[in-house]
Amino acid sequence: MSSTHIVSIYDEELKYLTRRISEMGGTAEQMVSDAVRALVTTDGALAQKVISEDVVLDNAERQINEKAVLTITKRQPVSADLREILGAVRIAAELERVGDLGKNTAKRVIAVQGSGMPRKLARGLEHLAELALMQLKEVLDVYATRSVEKAKAIRERDDEIDAIYTSLFRELLTYMMEDPRNITPCTHLLFCAKNIERIGDHATNIAETIYFMATGAQPEGERPKDDNTASLVAAEPSA
Amino acid sequence: MNILSEAAVEKALDKKMNDVSYKMIGQDVSVYYGDKRALYDVNLNVRENTVTALIGPSGCGKSTFLRTLNRMNDTIDGCRVTGRIALDGDDIYDPSIDVVELRARVGMVFQKPNPFPKSIYENVAYGPRIHGLARTRAEMDAIVEKSLQRAGLWNEVKDRLQESGTGLSGGQQQRLCIARAVAVSPEVILMDEPCSALDPIATARVEELIHELRANFTIVIVTHSMQQAARVSQRTAMFHLGQLVEENDTDKIFTNPDDQRTQDYIMGRFG
Ligand SMILES: Nc1ncnc2c1ncn2[C@@H]1O[C@H](COP(=O)(O)OP(=O)(O)O)[C@@H](O)[C@H]1O
Ligand SMILES: [Mg+2]
Repeated sequence: MSSTHIVSIYDEELKYLTRRISEMGGTAEQMVSDAVRALVTTDGALAQKVISEDVVLDNAERQINEKAVLTITKRQPVSADLREILGAVRIAAELERVGDLGKNTAKRVIAVQGSGMPRKLARGLEHLAELALMQLKEVLDVYATRSVEKAKAIRERDDEIDAIYTSLFRELLTYMMEDPRNITPCTHLLFCAKNIERIGDHATNIAETIYFMATGAQPEGERPKDDNTASLVAAEPSA
Repeated sequence: MNILSEAAVEKALDKKMNDVSYKMIGQDVSVYYGDKRALYDVNLNVRENTVTALIGPSGCGKSTFLRTLNRMNDTIDGCRVTGRIALDGDDIYDPSIDVVELRARVGMVFQKPNPFPKSIYENVAYGPRIHGLARTRAEMDAIVEKSLQRAGLWNEVKDRLQESGTGLSGGQQQRLCIARAVAVSPEVILMDEPCSALDPIATARVEELIHELRANFTIVIVTHSMQQAARVSQRTAMFHLGQLVEENDTDKIFTNPDDQRTQDYIMGRFG
């Protein structure tokens, strides 16, 4: 921001929020990336690590909320300062959810362990995860730089993830129809894919929040939506 | 044949611009204290039945502008005002204007409560008496009661109206001054940091009062409390170094002002 507060400790309180959000972002990113790796390599120990890390994000979100309440009480912030604090609270909640989705994915790794899930099934998720993680990483960079233009661009790219998710959904359905033994692992994978797709949505929410923090307005127009799975049905089995 | 004179048309236009009723118009207002210029071509209109807050760093000219609205600057030696200021479309600096009558229409409440060293009753009755607003004792009693009620002070003082006004608490004294201001049925009330000498409870009472007075009066308030400006006003004007920086809806000024100087000032940052 252009200038500093007359009361310098106020600046430090705001900086604390920024720093904690960045830390949360790093942890969330790591959790998701580990969870996907654990899934692809069926690495139960790594999955366990992800599960145990979730509490870090829960605590960080709580601490950010407490600091925000205290800062609002003491400083009675207005305008951009108030948006900065509200934005931090909102982004912390989004990142906490991202952590939950990583944890949920890790739990499913443990569930499908030893179910003889073919590796190639999990591979399909890797590309989806790459995109979601890239989006998360970019949005955290945008948080650090507050680039309004980039925040808008991220929001507009969410449809790519949705499109890949839809095709993955179709693919998993065909495996399930091929062999009923695939149903259990594929259902878990489907939930994992949904988790990852949701991470893209959270990244988009964060981008919108950053836009609001910087401008005081909501980005215009509806965000793109390409998840068509709500209307997808399995083909009729031929008699 | 022209039914309306040009002056009458201008007056009507002044009053209602862009569907907004303006009680007072300030056009290119500049003020000089001797050689020192304190205001630079300020264009600021005051909306009817609205609380307008004037904010800005100390010495930026808030009080100076406020005082131009009822010609309180006339009492300051070497003070010169240029530009045009109109009340209901009439130029208040026109030589034909009776300044005493003007100040009855545009009343003022000061920073420090300044009751006269007289009874509570006399403090309120003084204005109506010199303006001949009451013919009988009963009429005066009614004006005093109504004014004290409007100032939210009646219940606290009704049993001791003959006691001295200076014996009241600071907050009560300020409400007494507000009662004194409203007693002459002004149309506009100017307040210069009316709460700066009051504790938070007395401040809240005065703010509540300002909120109620708005129904019947047009109010212009100078305040150095950002939160107070945000709480009590509908319009806010930001001054800086003798210039009007911006004037807008209070909600807009305190959430997303247009000017960086306003932004820095309300957030407590260096400009
Ligand atoms: N009576 C006066 N004589 C000379 N200069 C004055 C007088 N009153 C105010 N000023 C000057 O005019 C400027 C604006 O003052 P003022 O309107 O009181 O500011 P504010 O109310 O915003 O603090 C200041 O520089 C101040 O010193
Ligand atoms: Mg002043």
